[in-house]
Amino acid sequence: MINTNEILDTIHMIDQQHLDIRTITMGISLLDCADPDPAAACRKIYDTITRRAEHLVSTGEAIEREFGIPIVNKRISVTPIALVAGASQAPDYVPFAVALDNAARETGVNFIGGFSALVQKGFTAADRKLIASIPEALARTELVCASVNVGSTKAGINMDAVALMGRTVKDCAARTAERGGFGCAKLVVFCNAVEDNPFMAGAFHGVGEGDCVINVGVSGPGVVYHALQSVKGAPFDVVAETVKKTAFRITRMGQLVAQEASRRLGAPFGIVDLSLAPTPAVGDSVARILEEMGLEVCGTHGTTAALALLNDAVKKGGVMASSHVGGLSGAFIPVSEDEGMIAAASSGALCLDKLEAMTCVCSVGLDMIAVPGGTSAETIAAIIADEAAIGMVNAKTTAVRIIPAPDKEVGDTVEFGGLLGSAPVMPVHPFSSAPFVQRGGRIPAPMQSLKN
Amino acid sequence: MRAIVTVIGKDQVGIIAAVCALLSEQNVNVLDISQTVLQDYFTMIMLVDAGESKRPFAELAALLEEEGDRRGLSIRAQREDIFHAMHRI
Repeated sequence: MINTNEILDTIHMIDQQHLDIRTITMGISLLDCADPDPAAACRKIYDTITRRAEHLVSTGEAIEREFGIPIVNKRISVTPIALVAGASQAPDYVPFAVALDNAARETGVNFIGGFSALVQKGFTAADRKLIASIPEALARTELVCASVNVGSTKAGINMDAVALMGRTVKDCAARTAERGGFGCAKLVVFCNAVEDNPFMAGAFHGVGEGDCVINVGVSGPGVVYHALQSVKGAPFDVVAETVKKTAFRITRMGQLVAQEASRRLGAPFGIVDLSLAPTPAVGDSVARILEEMGLEVCGTHGTTAALALLNDAVKKGGVMASSHVGGLSGAFIPVSEDEGMIAAASSGALCLDKLEAMTCVCSVGLDMIAVPGGTSAETIAAIIADEAAIGMVNAKTTAVRIIPAPDKEVGDTVEFGGLLGSAPVMPVHPFSSAPFVQRGGRIPAPMQSLKN
Repeated sequence: MRAIVTVIGKDQVGIIAAVCALLSEQNVNVLDISQTVLQDYFTMIMLVDAGESKRPFAELAALLEEEGDRRGLSIRAQREDIFHAMHRI
């Protein structure tokens, strides 16, 4: 039998260290919803989602009660809408976003991802229409998340798309100005986007996936932080081992929940994404883990090395615990969603350049970062290009979710509420990148050997 | 189906009796109990079999939680699988 200490250990992790399943995300293929008549396509989309995900939320809640483990979010990801809507003659794709939003409300999920386009090498007419629809779609809907993949290690970076996304981000902020540019919090620009990511705002259901799949994202920065408190001053070998063991346990729980959800919902189990996803709650922060390793404030010298160790140890611990690992898997560093990051950015210790360096060794990218409202579209595009280059060269996923907060300056704070938290406005370089961005074209795919 | 019931809180008269009465009303069989009191803090862990109970397990867990709330204790029932998953390979 399991012994008392082990049982109390698990209960403490849940009660005091914020251990939870961050999301059960149902991936749903909408490829068969394409229709020349946009209204018919939207109807099919709504019907398919509400049919497949009818029991998603209730099943998640039942598992939550039986196992006594919080499942924070139930979500849906769908086929990139540009692929589905392309068959129709619709002049713009906002109605598709509205159909997604309605389906999400009906099923009770808290986000639906997949208002997306994959343009790493070029645009179809549908991709252009989708991207043009993003600002309006995100302003008019509440639960829809959009993403655009602008680069990959195999294709290089589509700089026309990068420039366009710079303008799109600005437009999103302007259309949701009264809410601090909230629309931008639902828009991710990717390089090397993955097809089975369960985390928002970047989730979509890739074309290589089946009809319906269950992906689960686990979390638990608080548990790792707590575990590291017991090895104060120990060498990094011990730190890495401690993180690995903790990640293993967390992931085993994710695997159990994923299999249970998959069985009950009659949908195949896809992957467990073993990410340390922070929340604004105290004690649930990735930044505080880095600080526990011996840094005075997250963002100071040594932060990148600390994060590299953490990210790698999380993967090593988690890989053995799950039959299929996928998604983004690693440590997330969203500034507004992490109590320690917010504090570090507010104190000036954490700047955009350091965050960029951190994204070279962690799972995603510049995430939930607020910059002054006056930041130009070209500067945002250049930030996206830098981040995409890191992803392209290092064959990893990188992303940018940036909010040029309308009418805000450095020193102000934007409040989004809930899991999205609050973002201190961070400075950007004042020097122009406009002629660079305006060149357009493509940055060729990088060498995959001779890597030094 | 086997589950773990944990009761944590300030020690008081009748905790075990109350929890066992509730479990027996719901036709839940107790397989093993371990219990300690550390600095007035009562911790009891029970391994139970809820396979014969008519009530869905989620409702049973809710009933126990309510009983705990009435007595100022934290009482939770969780399927045993979660502990196995986390602590056994």
